[in-house]
Parts: sequence; structure tokens; C-alpha cells
Amino acid sequence: MQKTILLGTRKGLIAYHFEKNKWKVENLSFEGAPVSIAYADPRNDTWWACLDYGHWGVKLHRSADRGKNWEEITAPAYPEGEEIKDGVPAATRYIWAMAHGGKNYLSRLWVGTDPGGLFLSEDEGNSFQLVESLWKHPTRKEGWFGGGRDQPGIHSIVVDPRNEDRIHIGISCAGVFETTDAGNTWEIRNKGMRAEFLPDPDAETGYDPHILVAAPTNPDILWQQNHCGIFRSTDGARNWIDVGEPEGPAKFGFAIAVAEDDADQAWVAPADSDMTRTAIKGAICICRTDDGGKTWKALRKGLPQENCFDIVYRHALATSGDALAFGTTTGNFFFSPDRGENWQTINNYLPMVYSVQFVA
Amino acid sequence: MPTVKFTYALRRFFPGLKDTPSKGNTLKEVLKEIETTYPGIRSYILDEQGSLRRHVNIFIDGTLINDRTKLNDSFNDHSEIYIIQALSGG
Repeated sequence: MQKTILLGTRKGLIAYHFEKNKWKVENLSFEGAPVSIAYADPRNDTWWACLDYGHWGVKLHRSADRGKNWEEITAPAYPEGEEIKDGVPAATRYIWAMAHGGKNYLSRLWVGTDPGGLFLSEDEGNSFQLVESLWKHPTRKEGWFGGGRDQPGIHSIVVDPRNEDRIHIGISCAGVFETTDAGNTWEIRNKGMRAEFLPDPDAETGYDPHILVAAPTNPDILWQQNHCGIFRSTDGARNWIDVGEPEGPAKFGFAIAVAEDDADQAWVAPADSDMTRTAIKGAICICRTDDGGKTWKALRKGLPQENCFDIVYRHALATSGDALAFGTTTGNFFFSPDRGENWQTINNYLPMVYSVQFVA
Repeated sequence: MPTVKFTYALRRFFPGLKDTPSKGNTLKEVLKEIETTYPGIRSYILDEQGSLRRHVNIFIDGTLINDRTKLNDSFNDHSEIYIIQALSGG
């Protein structure tokens, strides 16, 4: 297990460190500011804070010393004249995903934004350029729309470690897209997904993968917690199969995590339907499958089982070795040392938690 | 020469911020000039397309500007241009 957890919360970036068998706060930065994503680049241990100052716009900061000092970087910006729709100027409204470019591209960083633009940096984040090929994709203006946010947003960026020019991204609402040439061309990968909220549930785009992840042991096995179920692909996103439980609880939700050492083991954080979006029957649980989604087990030991309203946002469930951690919309933060069998409370009094990441 | 005044909330990011005279003839020019004095501040007031951010307001001599997109509102040599935050959220 990695010994640090970075949290992006509605009121700042918080770093917890594990020492003497306890999680203790090591750093609090940007107190009071919404941190949409707190991200550590494992290649160089740089910490990134994606800030969403409501009044002052989206800002990006980085730290080379575990949050002691921060440097503001120019946030990804849309070129002059770009439009979300005809007549609606495009400006960065939210940074919703950040991913490093891999060990062969040490200067490369990817950033996903609302309103739907993917940005690439080839200079360690000193500057970002809009990935024009995706922004100009023929489906975007008519076939993408907001889900959870007013405009479409890229929340998932999955770089294949075997070929770092191959990237899957998840867009709400558009679906899954794949590039094999570092973003020059894109293929839609929505086959098998459902979009029950659309007039045509088999549309080309408009799907809502709440989060997309790949199995570290086999990046051709991809998982997504979707608005309409839990989907898994064993062929690099070419075909998707719903592996959720028709009657729940492993069905609706936002977050998903895959075991580092087992492509068939994954966890989801179930929520009660898209109508209510609360803990199911007032009880928090995490569901785990050990067999690629054929069966699911609800894990509740140590988690509160009454009067809860928590749900877990899409970036707020993470795993490292045998450990799991998640933060909730009502500021609870839980840890399991044993793949979800037993849970401990780290904090009940945090702000709303947007992102959780284990880091070195 | 008009004077630009700032909400105290911006001092969190720009601690040295103070009332600043400007030679600009238009709001755009004024903000460009302010950017040279306080590098980075423009991106806190305008988005990348040059529009006033949704929760930022500019008052000229006590009157809210009309044109939040092109910033064409006029002022005179003695005007006070006040950059302020809208109040929202919790």
C-alpha cells in the first residue's frame, strides 16, 4: 500500500500520511477553495491541484515538495473563437481529469475539461494545447451534452502503459473514445452500452460512463460505472457487457476501482438510482466482485448502516495493494486495509470529497 | 486618468493589490494595463474568450457595466472602475 492519500475537496486539498498505524493530516493547501482534482504524478512526485474558484475561474497549481510550496501554471484555455455550440463561446469551466503520459513521454500530461475539451501538454504542464481532432469530432456539437454538469465533460483519461499513444477517454455525456495515435484520430467505443435516458437508446453517442478505468494487469480489460449499469470490456473497449446486478445494490453509482493485481476484481460504491442519488436505504456499502462481475458481494463491516445520505463521487474511490479508501459527498472518509472486508473511519467532518488518490 | 479599485477578495491571490491609475481608453485596455502590473490577474477577471467571469462585476462610477462580453462601456478621466465579486455560494 502506498502511504499517502491525496484528497480533492470542496474546501481544499488535504494530504493524509500513514504512520504508526494511523492516518494523519500531512498537508492542507488552498483552504476554502474547491479542488476538483488533486493529482500526484507518480513519475516525478509532482502534486497538482485543479482549482475551481467559482468567481475567479479555473486555476492550476503544482508543487514539487509535497504541498509545502505551490506554483500557479496557466490553466488549459480554449483558443479564441472556439465554441461549445454555435454562438456559445468555449471557456474552461472545470478540470475533471488529469493523467500523466507514461514512462516514454516524461513531459506529457493530459487534462480533461468541461465543456468537453481534452488538453495535452508536452512540456511537463508549463503549457497546454487543445486536442483539436477530438474537439472537431463530427459528433461533438450535436451528439454530446451535459450530464451531471451543464456541458459535456471529460472525466476519464486512461493511458495504455504498453502503448502510451493509445488512450481511452470517458465523456459525460458522449461515451468512450479511443485514440491509438496520441490523439490525432479517434474511434467511438460505445458498442454494448445503454443510454436509457435517450430517445434512441442505441445512439452513436450520448452515453454516460460516469468513470472509466483499466485493469493494471491487463489494460484491455476496462471497467466503467455507467449511468445505466456497470460495464466491462475484455477487448479494449470494442464491446461492452453490463455486469451489474439488475436489482442492485451493484448497479447505479459513480465510482469504480480495479485491483492492481487482478483484472477480475473490482469495487463500486452503489447509490440509490439517478432519481434520489443517496445511500441505498440509508446505509453505506461498497460492492466487490472477484470474478469479473459475475457475482458481487456487499461489504458493510465498519461502515455506518443507518441515517446516511452519502454517495461517492466518480474520482473518490481508490485502491493500492490490499487497501481501499473512499470519501463521500457529506465529508466522510473511510479506509479498508483488506480489500473492503473491514472498514475504519478516518474522518467524519471533511468537506464534500471530489477525488481520492493513493500516492507514494 | 481613471482609477481601478479592486475587491479585497483578490488580495488573497495578489497581496500587493492597491488602487491603480490607468491610461487605458477602454475597459479592455485598462485590464491589459493592470495585467502588466499584476501578472495573471486578467485570468481571474475575464475568461480566455475575454468575457467577464460570471461571478465578477465591474462598476464604473457606481453603475454596473452593461457589456460583459465586449466590455464596451465608456468612462472618463475621473472615473472609478471598481472590480468586485458577486456574492454566491457557501
